[in-house]
Amino acid sequence: MSPDQTKKTFVLNGVGVSPGVAIGRVYRFDPLDSQISFYKLKSTSLIPKEILRLKKALKESEHQLLEIQKNLKKTKVTEPLYVIDVHILILKDKKFINRTIKYIQRLKINAEWAVRLTLDRYEQIFEKVEDTYIRGRVSDVQYVGQRILSNLSGEKKETIWGTDEKVIVIAQDISPANTVQMKMEKVIGFATDAGGRTSHTAIVARDMELPAVVGLDNVTRFVRTGDEIIVDGIFGLVVVNPYPEMLQRYEEKKLLYSAARDEYLKDAKAPAVTSDNYELQIGCNIEFVEEIPSAIAHGAEHIGLYRTEFIYINRQELPMEEDHFNNYCQVTGTKDLLWSTIRTFDLGGDKFPSSQKPVKELNPQMGLRAIRFCLKEVEIFKTQLRAIWRAGAFGKTRILFPMISSVEEIVEAKKLLEETRKELLAQGENIASEMEIGAMIEVPAAVVIADKLAREVDFFSIGTNDLIQYSLAIDRSNERLTYLYEPLHPAVLKLVKSAVDAAHEAGIRVSMCGEMAGDPICTLILLGMELDELSMNHLAIPRIKKIIRESTLKEAKLLLEKALSFNMASEVRMCVHDYMKKRFPVEFQNEDD
Amino acid sequence: MTEIRTLKLKNKLGMHARAAANFVKVAQQFKAGIYIEHNGQTADGRSILDILTLACPHGGMLTIKAEGADASAAIEELEKLVENKFGET
Repeated sequence: MSPDQTKKTFVLNGVGVSPGVAIGRVYRFDPLDSQISFYKLKSTSLIPKEILRLKKALKESEHQLLEIQKNLKKTKVTEPLYVIDVHILILKDKKFINRTIKYIQRLKINAEWAVRLTLDRYEQIFEKVEDTYIRGRVSDVQYVGQRILSNLSGEKKETIWGTDEKVIVIAQDISPANTVQMKMEKVIGFATDAGGRTSHTAIVARDMELPAVVGLDNVTRFVRTGDEIIVDGIFGLVVVNPYPEMLQRYEEKKLLYSAARDEYLKDAKAPAVTSDNYELQIGCNIEFVEEIPSAIAHGAEHIGLYRTEFIYINRQELPMEEDHFNNYCQVTGTKDLLWSTIRTFDLGGDKFPSSQKPVKELNPQMGLRAIRFCLKEVEIFKTQLRAIWRAGAFGKTRILFPMISSVEEIVEAKKLLEETRKELLAQGENIASEMEIGAMIEVPAAVVIADKLAREVDFFSIGTNDLIQYSLAIDRSNERLTYLYEPLHPAVLKLVKSAVDAAHEAGIRVSMCGEMAGDPICTLILLGMELDELSMNHLAIPRIKKIIRESTLKEAKLLLEKALSFNMASEVRMCVHDYMKKRFPVEFQNEDD
Repeated sequence: MTEIRTLKLKNKLGMHARAAANFVKVAQQFKAGIYIEHNGQTADGRSILDILTLACPHGGMLTIKAEGADASAAIEELEKLVENKFGET
């Protein structure tokens, strides 16, 4: 038995933020930690030497930070450079240094131990601060302290980057400063404890098309440098010490994934036209400007949903018009896109970087969020609207209002949109000459009054994730309810169809931007309803387009009719699933994995 | 020479990390001893950690004290910094 086989195989669950499969050895990236020994000094005569060691480590740390700052200035990173300024000032903080020196002298301990005590002391001090932002700054003190510690121990952990081996980087989280410390060409994947879709790790991984799983909570506790692991960025899994058969399976999966990718991308740009000439316009859902090149490579014809929430989160102050504009105009100005649909802010006020104390809502999904919040905080909303108008001058732009549940909301939003247009024109700004206005159809009430809403807007965009959640009364974050989440539920199908029909009756276009749009099982059903546009995750595009090209509107309508005749969701699913599997055996061959 | 000035913090986030860093950088340009008082607590104006842990919020009152030969120049500069909201918009 090889030593590896004696190790236990286990799986950790996280959030897949960059698709693909990586298999390899772990490099546990921990810029902060190193093997530290704490000991008492054998004699008082050693104290001066210990203080000297501390001072040397402080100097060294400062040099490193200055170096990082210099490199960061060269790369285009968004993290503000002042953070490093703050770190340098902490390093040079007299109180911090004197406290540490006193510990060495009074307690006769080595510098490492003294630094540790100083960190602990500051932890206590910061703990007492009421302001949550300032209390959180203890992490800056820890960051600095750990850097001093690793310099004291003298061990340079970065040596791995000198070898030829490619590694999967495991870390608590990865900051832009850390990225500079890595040799990125040696990295084949990431797995981190913290983070979400918008974290730096996720962005870097997607940019570089490396598989990544974040939000694993404690992967760093279970995994050591040199362990063999699999990072499955598609399903958000990390397998530690995979047993041989499993490894084999994942090697195959990895090959399949890249082969499928090449195969799909070959025809990705061909339009989604059925053999009886019904064309569906295929768009991509994006969150970051950086995603556009791969959206286009995967066959996106337009951006059907540009989420703008990230502009608001992870920052200390409200974004200004220019912050919005700089992002938006990069999207709208992209050649090869027919149009870009920008969705206005879709979160609650608790995600806002403002001085007002957030109100804790018991049920934020049904709380004061999205359009409701925006219509209350008119100035914040208008800042975004102004930027959208200005970005519209660079390419065809549509605006999409989320969570519409009444005609009043649309009327009010349109009024503000018109107000900002006039203000901008009066200021002589260069803005879009026209703007199509859309309503998200994701609240069941909006479906019921879809005929009335359709008179107010130029298009609908059906958000199935929320529509399903609200209509079936299923909290999507509640794991015990996942079995009830069913896009093919007769009620959902009826709601979607009724929204599509209302739009067409009023002569406006209708798109779908929820996950259902990118689920190949549902493609013929949606085609049968005669949606005009589908917008999805870029990875889903080639497959969906291929299915559409290989089918006819006629068969889709027949399948839809049959699906609508069932009483139970399970019957619908079985019927649709069987049909799709038989009709597109290649597309669904991996379904039972 | 001792100069004392009491000011109101007008920048949105109060004395947060960036503001504190800017304060320390200015304070370091002078020889005078510089102290900040808020809510009965005193911080060394050259220690970013001291200043941060004062946790002076938006709208809070700060008393700045400068002691030494260039105290009046120091207090002028620091007052300007606070009044200009630490260069933030």
